[in-house]
Amino acid sequence: MTVDIDKTSGPADTPPSGPEAIKAIPVRHYGRYVSAVVTLALLGGIVYAFSQGKINWGAIPDYFFDDRILDGVGKTLLLTVLSMAIGIVGGVLLAVMRLSKNPVTSSIAWFYIWFFRGTPVLVQLIVWFNLGLVFEYINLGPLYKDEWSDFMTPFLTALLGLGLNEAAYMAEICRAGLLSVDEGQTEASHALGMSHAKTLRRIVIPQAMRVIVPPTGNEVINMLKTTSLVSVVQYPELLRAAQDIGQTSGAPAEMLFLAASWYLLLTSVFSVGQYYLERYYARGSSRSLPATPFQKIKANVLSLSNRSASTGGTA
Amino acid sequence: MNAMVKAEGVHKSFGPVEVLKGIDLEVKSGEVFCLIGPSGSGKSTFLRCINHLEKINAGRLYVDGELVGYRQKGDKLYELKDSEVAVKRRDIGMVFQRFNLFPHMTAVENVMEAPVQVKGVSKSQARSRAQELLDRVGLADKAGNYPSQLSGGQQQRVAIARALAMDPKLMLFDEPTSALDPELVGDVLDVMRDLAESGMTMVVVTHEMGFAREVGDSLVFMDGGVVVESGHPREVLTNPQHERTKSFLSKVL
Repeated sequence: MTVDIDKTSGPADTPPSGPEAIKAIPVRHYGRYVSAVVTLALLGGIVYAFSQGKINWGAIPDYFFDDRILDGVGKTLLLTVLSMAIGIVGGVLLAVMRLSKNPVTSSIAWFYIWFFRGTPVLVQLIVWFNLGLVFEYINLGPLYKDEWSDFMTPFLTALLGLGLNEAAYMAEICRAGLLSVDEGQTEASHALGMSHAKTLRRIVIPQAMRVIVPPTGNEVINMLKTTSLVSVVQYPELLRAAQDIGQTSGAPAEMLFLAASWYLLLTSVFSVGQYYLERYYARGSSRSLPATPFQKIKANVLSLSNRSASTGGTA
Repeated sequence: MNAMVKAEGVHKSFGPVEVLKGIDLEVKSGEVFCLIGPSGSGKSTFLRCINHLEKINAGRLYVDGELVGYRQKGDKLYELKDSEVAVKRRDIGMVFQRFNLFPHMTAVENVMEAPVQVKGVSKSQARSRAQELLDRVGLADKAGNYPSQLSGGQQQRVAIARALAMDPKLMLFDEPTSALDPELVGDVLDVMRDLAESGMTMVVVTHEMGFAREVGDSLVFMDGGVVVESGHPREVLTNPQHERTKSFLSKVL
């Protein structure tokens, strides 16, 4: 794209046979210069302020790959993946329940979503953590019996708190996706003699994925950040690990910066993955797939070299 | 008895609106049966009743001698299970006004889908058969294209191939050319004409009077949920008996 900018640069290159190229003085956007200067000044101010702060920048690389930090990163990732797995499976189940013709299952799904979406996840986490105050034992009949405090470890508390909450949000995302598929698709599939289950699996869900994937990517990134809340239930994930080191090493603010950089790094990696997943489910929906960043670079380089070849190297 | 479709006093209501008010007709095996009429006359609804996409409220509807959507024991009717309805639909191909191709599959995958998923045909076998069918509708070179990369006329021809892949004994066409540019209508009609010549039983809801006259064996004019006039297409179209038929034809011909 950017190679087209120098259109006006070489009137000498235009073929003499064509119509005379317009030579006009472009509009000057003075407002843009002003706003650029203002924003740069503000940015400079913030950078200056931080450079004046008593920050031991060296502490961040020193601890970036510390074993406790890496362990925290691993636990954060594990919690993100497992909570999202619970969320997605539960969400699909709840969405199908809500769309079912059975009034009992659809109202129960409605109630679940109403409850878990209507209360803050931090409150839910603390409630799970403190359920031991009301239940002495967990008793699943002949299957399992144990003291509540032994059963409800910080990990399980975090997992249930985050996963069950996420299911409520995923249910709404999945429901929107299923509803977005044209009814004609279901009719065509039924007319071919396909069963409800096959229609859902082969025709409706693959098309619903286009609508489901982008917000789900958002949810994954949200979940990664929300896992930091579980430090309140004593689970040693990334934020808690960074805070612990901060207290013992005497660099608490630096360790928070360190945690923030790790979160930023992980969310960036997830965003790239989301891009490719969206691209996969976009097949057939537009005439050609959007190019991958690598393909874009390749195309730009190619067009650049073609251009310089055809115009005698002026570009 | 060689009636492929037989309707006896078929009624259908959507809530308080009665769309079909007692339809009696018979489609013989191997014939091309055309349904014409103004929009809202119930012709598309009747077509959708034939493969039970709509449930009828009263009357009896038979396909190939069997009741549609119900089983009769003595004088009691039992609703068929969804899976039983699905089995009956395998034998009835349907082509929609809006094509309804599966957009996430290529043309050849669209045609293969039902034989593989419903009949359990092997993928390689289904693929070669699908190629044959695409060749038959003149789209052999478009097999790898997604529907969004095809014109409306090409999409509709893929949809016809998709319906034929199940080897139906009856084909239903719901205004197959109404959503097409005038220029593309001819290609689709050619495919349908070819299909009629091969002896397929076809019920066609259409506004293409030329096609009805040329290819049709029987024609029914519907208005307001009833059959107004029926007979051989050439007779009805050139010498309509009812005032309503006359005024409709004077507007469309």
